[in-house]
Amino acid sequence: MTEKPFIDIRHAAKSYGALEVLKDISLQVQKGQIVAIIGPSGSGKSTLLRAINDLDPLTSGEVWLEDMLVNKPLSPRQYERHINQMRQQIGMVFQHFNLFPHLTVRGNITLAPKMLKKLSDAEANALAERQLAHVGMLDRIDYYPSQLSGGQKQRVAIARALAMEPKVMLFDEVTSALDPELVEEVNLAMKKLAEEHMTMIIVTHEMGFAQDVCDRVLFMDQGVVVEEGPPEVIFRAPKHERTRNFLRKHLQGNAQ
Amino acid sequence: MDIDLILRVYPFFLKAALVTIQLSVLTVALGLLCGSLGAAARLSRSWGLRLIGATYVSVIRGTPALIQLFILYFGGPQIGIQLDAFEAGVIGLGVNIGAYMTETIRGAIVAVDKGQTEAARTLGLSRSETMRKVILPQAARLMIRPLGVNINAQIKGTALVAAISVVELTYTAQRYIGSTYKPFEMFLLAGAIYMVIIHVTGLGVSWLDRRARIT
Repeated sequence: MTEKPFIDIRHAAKSYGALEVLKDISLQVQKGQIVAIIGPSGSGKSTLLRAINDLDPLTSGEVWLEDMLVNKPLSPRQYERHINQMRQQIGMVFQHFNLFPHLTVRGNITLAPKMLKKLSDAEANALAERQLAHVGMLDRIDYYPSQLSGGQKQRVAIARALAMEPKVMLFDEVTSALDPELVEEVNLAMKKLAEEHMTMIIVTHEMGFAQDVCDRVLFMDQGVVVEEGPPEVIFRAPKHERTRNFLRKHLQGNAQ
Repeated sequence: MDIDLILRVYPFFLKAALVTIQLSVLTVALGLLCGSLGAAARLSRSWGLRLIGATYVSVIRGTPALIQLFILYFGGPQIGIQLDAFEAGVIGLGVNIGAYMTETIRGAIVAVDKGQTEAARTLGLSRSETMRKVILPQAARLMIRPLGVNINAQIKGTALVAAISVVELTYTAQRYIGSTYKPFEMFLLAGAIYMVIIHVTGLGVSWLDRRARIT
């Protein structure tokens, strides 16, 4: 590897008592790279993703973003300041949107930039409009989340994360909770981001999307990365029996 | 039933009802303060504060309010706490309802979806910023109705201070029974006035709840 990795996960391990959820995983992601993580539920893929911004702290191992250690061992007070700094640079989108229901779309997007980057109302509004236009949601700026469809909510959630101008975006099964007809609009928003060379790590059940958009695919099972490679290799000619089994079941499932 | 008697004495009952309303407002205000502090203690990261919060709730909820009032009013002077009956009533009942409100407020905060905290923390908001800007505004809406239940109980609970001779509605009824020997009419009248106060308060709570509902 010639280039210094943008995200460097070193020997990540996590266990709950005797249950090992992640077993010594190392993963490097280059700037602008788009990585999909696939695998059966319970394989540890979401846990790995949530370890990147320390939402699910690792038992051992390190997560680096450029030259900064995300999960730095610090006193609680110092850690709080450090992790808030780090998280501003790591955007995340969740399966269940997690929009703030008491705020309008505008309020959802401007909250963090106003509080953390001290933007004025005018600056924050301009930012919200720009980000919403980007995901095609500008006309809903004064709506409340409860007035939006699932796909619209998820596009707003993407805009909210982007408003902090993160260096990397994490997506945790962002289309799994959507009605099938709403998946495409969210995929499109993500494709657009991909074209702008955002560094993205995407946990997904959508093999088609992973194949179209991602540079690399990781197949995880039982807390380890079983196999990784470019999508054409993982989907067309997987080396491992477990990968083949998973894909067979999954592609059949999708066809039905 | 002696309607004439009721018509003759009801103005005095209304005056006593003002004391009951005063007691209700003050005890609810003190209760909300104690409840907020109690909930903050129970949800604190410090185990010492959590212990204090838990002890407060279990001691207060584990003993009769009447005993608490008696300890404060009759027992207080023995340990140097001199309060008149009204003060003892407000403090005793306020601290008492505060324990119930602690649990109501804590429950509402805990009931806000965990994903809300995750989303806020992920954006880089600190614990306290998350609490102030994301969790509390949602919890506040969730706690209106259950706090309304606490307030309802508290208004009726003010009747207890009759036992330490605060001249409020219940005590007034007792006094008039002493001179008229008509307990049926006197308690009926007092009860009717309580019902009006409770009903109006209930309407207020419903109105607040409707207004606060997220569109």
